[in-house]
Parts: sequence; structure tokens; C-alpha cells
Amino acid sequence: MQIIVCLKQVPDTTEVRINPETNTLMREGVASVINPFDMYAIEEALRIKESLGEGEVTVLSMGPPQAEASLREALSMGADKAVLLSDRAFAGADSLATAYTLAAGVAKLGEFGLVICGKQAIDGDTAQVGPSLAEQLDVPHATYVRKVQSLEDNKIVVERMTEDGYEVIELALPALITVLKDINQPRLPSLKGKMRAKKAEIPVWGKEDLDVDEKLCGLAGSPTQVVKIFTPERTRECRLIEGSAEEQAKVLASELKKII
Amino acid sequence: MGGIKVDLDLCTGCSVCADHCPFGAIEVKDDKAVITDICTICGACIDSCSFGALSREAEEAASPVPDSSGVWVFAEQIGGAIAPVVYELLGEARKLAESTGSEVGAVLFGSSMQDAANDLIAYGADRVYLLDDAIFADYHDELYAAALADLIQEEKPEIMLLGATTIGRSLAPRVAARVGTGLTADCTGLAVNPETGLLEQTRPAFGGNIMATIICPRHRPQMATVRPKVFQAAPKDPARKGEIVNLKSPEVALRSRLLERVREQAENVNLDEADIIVAGGRGLADEKGFKLLSELAEALGGAVGASRAAVDAGWISYPHQVGQTGKTVSPKLYIACGISGAIQHLAGMQSAETIVAINKNPDAPIFQVAHYGIVGDVFEVIPALIRELK
Repeated sequence: MQIIVCLKQVPDTTEVRINPETNTLMREGVASVINPFDMYAIEEALRIKESLGEGEVTVLSMGPPQAEASLREALSMGADKAVLLSDRAFAGADSLATAYTLAAGVAKLGEFGLVICGKQAIDGDTAQVGPSLAEQLDVPHATYVRKVQSLEDNKIVVERMTEDGYEVIELALPALITVLKDINQPRLPSLKGKMRAKKAEIPVWGKEDLDVDEKLCGLAGSPTQVVKIFTPERTRECRLIEGSAEEQAKVLASELKKII
Repeated sequence: MGGIKVDLDLCTGCSVCADHCPFGAIEVKDDKAVITDICTICGACIDSCSFGALSREAEEAASPVPDSSGVWVFAEQIGGAIAPVVYELLGEARKLAESTGSEVGAVLFGSSMQDAANDLIAYGADRVYLLDDAIFADYHDELYAAALADLIQEEKPEIMLLGATTIGRSLAPRVAARVGTGLTADCTGLAVNPETGLLEQTRPAFGGNIMATIICPRHRPQMATVRPKVFQAAPKDPARKGEIVNLKSPEVALRSRLLERVREQAENVNLDEADIIVAGGRGLADEKGFKLLSELAEALGGAVGASRAAVDAGWISYPHQVGQTGKTVSPKLYIACGISGAIQHLAGMQSAETIVAINKNPDAPIFQVAHYGIVGDVFEVIPALIRELK
């Protein structure tokens, strides 16, 4: 069975800082990493392959040429194959156009059993690409998956986290799931994996290589447009409550009673 | 395709725009700004340029906007109970409908939901599209997506709002893809621009460090998911009149099914709907610290949250985690106890209305987002606070 993992390269937010003078994000020297949720997706794909004792894990990303580094990292963890979808025509895509292009990439990869995505990317935080991709591939999906209970030849049973518990959902394969942090602990790359990843060929597919309508890719294919970006005002002044623990608690309690 | 254009005669290569670009998409080469492929055309650079060297390229001739009218709300229900965010959406939908002079529609799928449908009218819906069928009792991605997409294509609403809940965030992208329209996630602000008539949807990105305003100019409906607790719930008016339109179930070949729905967590874990959240971090030292925290939560009638450090240490389960790899919350009151305030945690809670920080390190970043700060030992302050509240 082919398992496809979609991953996104994102700026490492642990290093993103706000410039206090211009009130803008300082991205200089900020490293790029695999979106944290996608690490769980890669790990889950590897575990499923290992438990099946057969199959192939392919990692797929759409992004600028630099995103190749993230695919290589996934290969070093143990993924079998990586493909980068990169073209000027894909740039500026919103979640619909991103899912459209990814769907074309998945179609070109051939028959698959399962697509795994992270719950959301930490830069955009939309959580929309997974379900949108499922729709465009015409397969069932489950979001917020915290556990794969079982996987047999033609179906997968997963636990999906809800606000007050979880649901057990059975999906006929092929299907798509988006996974949470709770699902596993991603492995570290092995030395052997790193060596292999270093030498691996990562094909780059552009618009000519995919069965896509350019008008539906990238910015041109994005129904939504960002018209304004601004930094939220941070005029917040922290009122420090002084005194002994008892005194502090007294003042805070009386303030809280005003709010609640 | 529109893009950002650099007027090379005006550009001085000062690099101010590169500093302002939230995406790091501008490089300065040979003393001129160069827009790279990762540009999302957000326009942040245009305002930053003192020389007027940056502009948006003219769009291709716009295709006509499809006819549409009405502001719709998806009335999510779980176990027959309408989700609280629905009333907030109805309140906002009424405002938007008044500014566009249109009607408010509510879409309700479920089983034996007649009373709930009447309630939606009392809370502001002019028309309720009701699909009352036993197979719709529980949420089902394929079934609900098919029914909602069919209804949208039939009735052509101008705006479609859903709660940014587990269900809303799964259903909305599927429906948007089927209908072929745009969708904005997790909005915290909505307004109709009086000149263009377009819905301006504002949402946080980069963990709340920047805000983006997004439009959907040529596709309908303009779809958005909205975070719970952001808007005021509509007042109930039992005298309001409205119409209920009964729908037929669509015929769908289902490829997935719900085997079981389990409520497993204690009352204090529904962070999404909680007005008050008391959260703990590394400073609570162990599970016992969280027991103390639960007592405080109980005294306040709130839910218990946690930082990633506390969850990773195994002191409390993952559904309690607030922050980038956990939940994003915006309660009325957030009390952070022994949480230093790493940027990933702040991303999940900085939009709370009032933030209280209790931490022994006065330099902890949590104090930068807090309204009230107590520098002190959580094991002294929390018990004292519980006594005061009782």
C-alpha cells in the first residue's frame, strides 16, 4: 500500500521575534523546519508501513525550491520517496489552490491507500488543506486523529478527538486523515537514514508535469485574497499586584469578582 | 495574475519593505527590491515604502460575481443540543444582514430538531433550512458535506458562517472545495466593506503575531469559520417570526461511518467553550500541582488548561493543552499559573479578554501579555486565592 504524507515547510516559530520598533515579524536568520504536526504524520505513516510489513511511504510537499530540505529530512526519518511540487505558478496559493495542486501531485503518484496530513500548519493555522484535499481526491476523511485503532486491507478505524471526548470512525480506503500531536512520538533520523537522504533524488514537478489547469493554481486559482496584514496592538500594561501571598490573593480575588 | 510590482525608478534599495514583509519574500539585490516566489501579495510592503515604489499589479479583467443573497449560519448540534457558538454566529449574522439588507438563514441538520429550529428563529434567523432525519442525528463528514453543498448550490447564499469547532473545521473546507469557493479559517472579526460590499474577514496568523484581513471577491458564498467566544450571542426573542424550510436527505454512497461516540473527559476540559480557564505549566512541579489547580478551577467554575511542558511531563492529558500544538482559546479570563509564556503557548491564549499571570520569575514573558501579574510562589498564592474565592 502506498501511504502519502503531505508536509509543509514553515518558519521555526521558536525563533520568530517581533521587532519592538517596527512591530513586525523579524524573520532574518529564522530557520525553516517541517511543520511540527507533519512530523507526527510522517511518523504515523512509517509505523503503519512497519506494522503492515509492506508498502511505501511517499512524502509530498508544495513550496519553493528550498522546501526540498524538509523532504530530505523526512527521507532521513525513513520515508521511501519524496516529491516536491514547485513552480512559480503555484506561488501565492490559498488553501483551495494548495489542495488542488496537491491533489494533482497525489494523482500522478498513482494508486494510494492513505494520505496523512498534520492537523494544521503552524504559520497559517487554517487546518483546511487536509479536508479540502480529501474532497478534491474524492475520498473520505477524518480530522484530529489521535489514534489509529486498526488498518485492514480495505478499511481503517481511527479515533478522532472531539471537544468532549472522541469518536471512533471507520473509513473505507483510500482515505485521508489529519493527525494530532497525541498520536505518537516522532523518531529521530538514523545515521543510515541521513546518508540515504543525502544521496536521494527528489523529483521536482511543475505545472507542465501535472494534470492541472494553471488558472486553478497558485494566486490565480485562489478565491481568497489577503488585503491587509497588520500587527495587533500591544498596548497591554501588566498591573503587578504586590505584597505577601495572602495580600496578593485578596487583591486578585476582588479584581476577579468584578470580571466574573 | 496580480502581483506586487517594484517601480525601479522609485526604489532606493533601502530594504524597509524587506523588514516589513511578514513572509520574508523580499530581497534587495543591486540596490533594488526583488519580490521572490514566496510572496503572498499581502500588501504589507506597499504601505511600508516611503517612496511609493511598490504597488499591486492590475488584476485581469474580473469575471462576473455570481448572484447570491443572504447571510447563513451553520447551526451545529451535538446530541441534539445546539452548540453555543451558533448563537454567537446568529448575532453577528444579523449585523451583517442588516448592513447588506439581506436575510439571515440558519442550516440545521439533525434528528427531532423541530424545537431547536424554532429556537434559531427566536435567536435571529429569518429562515431555517431544516433537515430532520435519523441518519443526520450524529455528525458525519460525507453526509453533512453533501447536504450542505447541495443546499448552497441550490439557494446561493452570499455569506456562509460556521463555528471554528471540531465539526466546523472539518466540514467547511470539504464544502468549500465542493462548491469551489474561498474559505477563511478562525476569523475573529467580520465586517462588510460599505464601498465594495465584500465581507472583510480578519484572522490571526503566525500564532496571533500578525492579523490578516482576507476577502473572497469573485466566488460565492464568502465562507468563514469563526472562533467561539469572539462574538456576542444574539438575544432571544420568542416573539420573532421566521420560516422553516424542510429539506430532503441527499442520496450519498457513504464510505465512512461513526462506530462510537465517547464522552470521556471530565467537565473541566472543554476549553473551546469555557469562559474561564485556569492553566498550569512547569511551575506546578507535578500531578499534585494540577490537583491544586483543579481546585482553583472549581472555585471559579472554569476549565483546566496546561502548557505543553506539563502535558509532555505526563502531569495532565493532551486535550488540556493550550498553544500552538494544542488548542487555541479565547476565554473571558485566563489564569496562567507557573507558565513562563513561550511564544507557542502565547499563540494559543493571547486573545483572552483578561489574562492573569502567577509566576515566580518576574522576567517571564507571560507578564508581557498579562493584565494582572503576581510575582510569587504558585503553591502559596493559589491556596490563598482559593480561600479568598470561597
